[in-house]
Amino acid sequence: MIYITLFYQFFLIGLFAVGGGAATIPFLFDLSRKYGWFSLSQLSDMIAVSESTPGPVGVNMATFAGFQAGGFLGGVVATLGLVCPSVIVIVAVSKLMKKIQSQEGMNSFFNALQAAAAALILFAGYHIAALCGDNVLNFAVFGLVLALMFVWPKSAIFYLVLSGMLGIALKL
Amino acid sequence: MRVLLNLFFCFLKTGLFTFGGGYAMLAVLKDELTDKKKWISEDELINFFSLSQCTPGVIAINIATFCGYKLKKTAGAVAATLGVVTPSVIIILLIASLFKHIMENPNVVHVLNGVRIGVVALLCKIVFDLLVRIWKKNLKKGLSCAIFCVAFVELFFFKLSAFLVVLTAICLYGFDACFKRVLK
Repeated sequence: MIYITLFYQFFLIGLFAVGGGAATIPFLFDLSRKYGWFSLSQLSDMIAVSESTPGPVGVNMATFAGFQAGGFLGGVVATLGLVCPSVIVIVAVSKLMKKIQSQEGMNSFFNALQAAAAALILFAGYHIAALCGDNVLNFAVFGLVLALMFVWPKSAIFYLVLSGMLGIALKL
Repeated sequence: MRVLLNLFFCFLKTGLFTFGGGYAMLAVLKDELTDKKKWISEDELINFFSLSQCTPGVIAINIATFCGYKLKKTAGAVAATLGVVTPSVIIILLIASLFKHIMENPNVVHVLNGVRIGVVALLCKIVFDLLVRIWKKNLKKGLSCAIFCVAFVELFFFKLSAFLVVLTAICLYGFDACFKRVLK
């Protein structure tokens, strides 16, 4: 049964890939070599499509890889396999956090972590920016959207739709 | 049950508007959970992001699970996680089976390029707001500055993984706490 193997393999990826979607890529290389479900060039197509379609990259890649290996059901099974370890581990961590009594200690700990989070978010932005070309038009759109956010506060989805429309209007 | 459905659709919307990794969904989640529904404070949301770097799995899923559990225990965790995953599964299965060439359509490429720039702008705004907030409320300004600078150097110059960056931040915090205790 390919579905059981798929579930098991993606369960392992979900359990051992620490640090987000990009961390699952080396595991997918292993799968390609071990089972031959997809070739390495298919894998690079999968990464490109996953990066540029809606949805978290890691989930997109699991669905794509599962589909290549076992059709529609394969895509669903691989995604569920990827998701399961996260749900189990985090429910356990959340229960543990409730038991910790000293709320004040927790707060000062998380305050410290937020400084690191700021750097991580900045780096994520830099990573996505590196995918865009560095021409004047891109910088202009970036500046315009950023300026709009300060003077005209709207929801995040509004700015995303707006920049998508700018993309098609200006042929970015 | 209504809250569970609400959670599911809220995360469905988030999954649909997430382009790139987990951090790209921060702006949408802040709008939905913090500003509109007032379910989770902005501080908690940022904390979930830090924790999600250290727990195994895809960050977006981890965050959905954390938020869902906070609101409705295990059932909430499952509802939120299924919500964030659903758009991916549908869209990727459609692309993989029906629209093999959709990614080569120039109009699709233009829209995606535009949206990507929008995501970068959103992330910049979030970092700006976060730094202002940390500065305003934090009593340990020196420690926060040190943690930010160390994390920045680790990421941009040494290309370390997010996991290691959070780990060093925890170590710096522990080191600071021990140092203060010794001084006392």
